[in-house]
Amino acid sequence: MNEPANGSKIKDKNESTVGRGSKETRRLFLQGNEAIAEGAVAAGARFYAGYPITPSSEIAEVCSEKLLEAGGVYIQMEDELGSIAAVIGASLTGVKAFTATSGPGFSLMQENLGVAILGEVPCVVVNVQRSGPSTGLATRPAQADVMQARWGRHGDQHLIVLSPATVQECFELTVTAFNLAERFRVPVVLLADEIVAHMRENVALPDPAQIKIVNRKKPTCPPEEYLPFKPDPDGVPPLADFGSAYVFHVTSSMHGERGYSQNDPANAQAKIRRLFTKLENHLDEILLVKHHYNREEELDLLIVAFGCTVRPARAAALRAFGRKVGVLQLITLWPFPDALVAQAAARARALLVPELNMGQVGREVERVVGKAKPVFGLPKSNGEGFTPGEISARIEEVFACLG
Amino acid sequence: MPGLKTAWKEYLEESMLPHMWCPGCGNGIALGALTRALAELKLPRHKVVVVTGIGCWGKADDYLSTNALHGTHGRALAFATGVKAARPELTVVVLMGDGDGATIGGNHLIHAARRNIDLTAVVVNNYNYGMTGGQVSATTPAGAITSTTRYGNPERDFDLCRLVEAAGANYVARGTVYHVPQLDRLIRDGIAKKGFSFIEVVSPCPTHFGRRNRLGPAVQMMKLLKERAVHVGSAAAKGGELPEGSFFIGKLAERDDPDFNTSYEKMRKKALAKGTESS
Amino acid sequence: MCQIKIDPKRCKHCGICIAFCPQEVFGADCRGAPVVERAEKCTACGLCVMRCPDFALEVGEKGK
Repeated sequence: MNEPANGSKIKDKNESTVGRGSKETRRLFLQGNEAIAEGAVAAGARFYAGYPITPSSEIAEVCSEKLLEAGGVYIQMEDELGSIAAVIGASLTGVKAFTATSGPGFSLMQENLGVAILGEVPCVVVNVQRSGPSTGLATRPAQADVMQARWGRHGDQHLIVLSPATVQECFELTVTAFNLAERFRVPVVLLADEIVAHMRENVALPDPAQIKIVNRKKPTCPPEEYLPFKPDPDGVPPLADFGSAYVFHVTSSMHGERGYSQNDPANAQAKIRRLFTKLENHLDEILLVKHHYNREEELDLLIVAFGCTVRPARAAALRAFGRKVGVLQLITLWPFPDALVAQAAARARALLVPELNMGQVGREVERVVGKAKPVFGLPKSNGEGFTPGEISARIEEVFACLG
Repeated sequence: MPGLKTAWKEYLEESMLPHMWCPGCGNGIALGALTRALAELKLPRHKVVVVTGIGCWGKADDYLSTNALHGTHGRALAFATGVKAARPELTVVVLMGDGDGATIGGNHLIHAARRNIDLTAVVVNNYNYGMTGGQVSATTPAGAITSTTRYGNPERDFDLCRLVEAAGANYVARGTVYHVPQLDRLIRDGIAKKGFSFIEVVSPCPTHFGRRNRLGPAVQMMKLLKERAVHVGSAAAKGGELPEGSFFIGKLAERDDPDFNTSYEKMRKKALAKGTESS
Repeated sequence: MCQIKIDPKRCKHCGICIAFCPQEVFGADCRGAPVVERAEKCTACGLCVMRCPDFALEVGEKGK
């Protein structure tokens, strides 16, 4: 439970097939960005619109080839505002669509990401984080878009954000991102980072038949009765395709169940509330973490880490001789996994949050467990990743402080 | 054309009327022309997607019974590009004002024309930002008074049709809401034409532009359209220079360059052939 | 003679139908709303329907 399921495979002339688990499992030496592109194709994505930006451009380059070979569409738009807009337009015709970018482009996408949230349009946005603000230390690593991913748009809204820590996870979580987007009619942000995206590792791509694929719910009622924003009991309305017998409207304006604009305050409140509850009532399907320690044991220190910081954190935990230090890897960053963090924290004396930003996830951890446990931070924003030694040094400081 | 008097109602969402536009605003006339064009082409509602941006004319989707996607300010053509690239068999019509389509959205406009993607853009040009109170736009004539150019507009305006023609559109036309039978035909022909089609619809904004520039109420502004529009095929048009304030109406440019989807399909066929070889 | 229907819920009294009817079929009441004054002159050309910004006009076929 709350551990992610495995991802997939697609044919390639350079593949080597070895019998690990499935006879169709391929092992490839891939870069994180390439694994994301493979994951998207495996998840059924057939439309990509994007604008080149380092360190995400390899995703576009691979898609410009693989999506065409799969019968899909790759289009390079004139900017990132247009990219996400085209993704939304394509998704409404029933195709799984996505884009990839980095910080500056992600900033440009925010307004239209709001359209996808309010219009409940399934899509995936990959943000390969780089140093900022602005052009910043182009194009060095950072993890400083955690809050932007959650709160970057105006208005009340909710969405899902996942963070991969390995190249294998780049593949698997891209599949998961599409599945969650389709399941909940919501945009999902895959919040990768420069280190994970440009790192090369051996990746196992499973037999496509073994990959769990979720497709959006389609309406089953007669076309004239279809209401594109009338939720099923699970809070998620079925979504038809433009061009099918179901004629419907999607609008960035507040709207009623018919999808036509509507200013009624009660309707607006109910709609905004549902944008939250359709996710919050299904946290068991959304929240993913990994426990890199024995969960039966009490810990002296729980390190909470995500993305490229997980690996040095795990190395540092192993070096903490004589102390029990575990790493809780956050995969789902939003909705924030409050209960899972609290559960893990209950068996630890203190918490440490190393992250390549000035404390964005640390503050969330403090919000969740700050009253019960001491929470220490290790912020870093100099355009470099963590070394295990840096985290080890901070662990020593924490223990000195705890006494 | 007796059938047309009612057939176009199929495309109108009458339950949403009366609409929100000001008395004498030309948007309703342009909307009528669009519905008649759709009716004349006998396009089934479910095969039509109308994409709109933000602004007075961008509210038009609320009064249509086709599929619709109402996006953000300036981005309608980009949303529409996604729809059309993914589903080439759909008829995609994009409704934008001059602020939406040519000012904040100018980049998407030239790129949609360059790509020659088979969309029909109907840009209602009322020379200012009506919805936000009559501010200056990229089509406000030099010297004109708006709520943000109180001493006159110091900037020049775009000739949208020349811009879009230069950018590569297959069909470029200008009409007015006074010359309605012609406007119906221009929109109809634009939709029927493969490739990017652009129809500029000159239209009065009596509430803001007309009032500030002392152009009179709606009826006076409609008379101005009648006086200032010069048909491209007319003897007057062939006479040379246009008088100050006048403009050509009619089909201004047409060509048969390959559209985006056709060119794309060629590339995809190559890719699919390669995919088959390697498997 | 044609049936000319004006929908008072939709009409915003812009005066376009009154000003541009080639047969001057319409007059105005004291609030500026159009009234059909010379229905017998209507040729059912449909221009008023097409130019009405408010979808407030309907004109029947000639003789109906």
